[in-house]
Amino acid sequence: MTDLSADIEALIGVEQYEEAGEFPVERGYVWSTCSAVENGNPLFWDDDVADALTGGPIAPPTMLSVWFRPHHWAPGRDRVALPLQIHFDLKEALGLPEAVMTENTIVFHDPVRPGDLLTTRQILRSVSPEKTTKLGTGRFWVIEVEYTNQAGALVGVESYTGFGYRRAGSEAGVAP
Amino acid sequence: MTTAPRLTLPAVTVGDRLPDLPYDVTATTVVLGALASRDWRPMHHDKDFAVDRNGVRDIFLNTPNQAAWFERYLTDWTGPRGRLGRMTFRMKGSVFPGDTMVFTGTVDEVVSDDTGCGWIGVDVTLSVGGDLKTSCHARLALPTTDDDNPWSRSGDRWTP
Repeated sequence: MTDLSADIEALIGVEQYEEAGEFPVERGYVWSTCSAVENGNPLFWDDDVADALTGGPIAPPTMLSVWFRPHHWAPGRDRVALPLQIHFDLKEALGLPEAVMTENTIVFHDPVRPGDLLTTRQILRSVSPEKTTKLGTGRFWVIEVEYTNQAGALVGVESYTGFGYRRAGSEAGVAP
Repeated sequence: MTTAPRLTLPAVTVGDRLPDLPYDVTATTVVLGALASRDWRPMHHDKDFAVDRNGVRDIFLNTPNQAAWFERYLTDWTGPRGRLGRMTFRMKGSVFPGDTMVFTGTVDEVVSDDTGCGWIGVDVTLSVGGDLKTSCHARLALPTTDDDNPWSRSGDRWTP
């Protein structure tokens, strides 16, 4: 049985919010990230190792989402795109003022390389019936974010499980 | 060059423990990690905001930076031929300046797939003072022989 409205049902499995990254993948962030976590993997520091193993430099796989976080400020921008817009759309459409992410999976495909221009798409995979947890009453949903490079090759898929809810005792549709 | 495999699949057995990694977290650790991952949200650099708005005791490590820590922990052990296929994590609590975070890991799977790719599963924990803060499960490809290189795989030969 499903108790979802037709407009939310219709979004399941649909690619939404295709967006290009704001800048090409670059090594400065690779080194900043490796430095921040003291990652001495020679793949990222020694070009001879990168040439031998990965056909040239690559970015650490776990940096996938880094390439899509918007600049803190950019000229002429009147609204910041949210990396997980569907999550915020669902909170609003379902009248669930609170939300948490409960689980995050990243699957790594082709390596991401300096100079790559990545594109992302968001896909709603599922929305659960209403459930009550210790946080409150609401629904779990799964959102996938697909990342491809300029050649159209898949470089990764992130999957987020969110739980949108109302605290016990609050009314449906209360503004966030 | 250090491209020789540090770890190959036949050397790994279910139940193997990775060496623990302890690390003393400072405010600098948190801010460096947040900015390197382009996470400008104030609870990762502004203590007043973290205390007054989030109701926690200090700024805390952001999730994308924790992913980078997990990657570093795993590839410190495998060497550069270790290639991440998949990572799942669950956040249970925050990590603050002054905490000593400790990473531990246990191998829970060693297999070869239909394409001949060698895979291991590792259960990783990040804890502080014995309290689990983040749990992570990773699937990594390891070379099956000294000549094998998981990074050479793509398309149908890479099934993470």
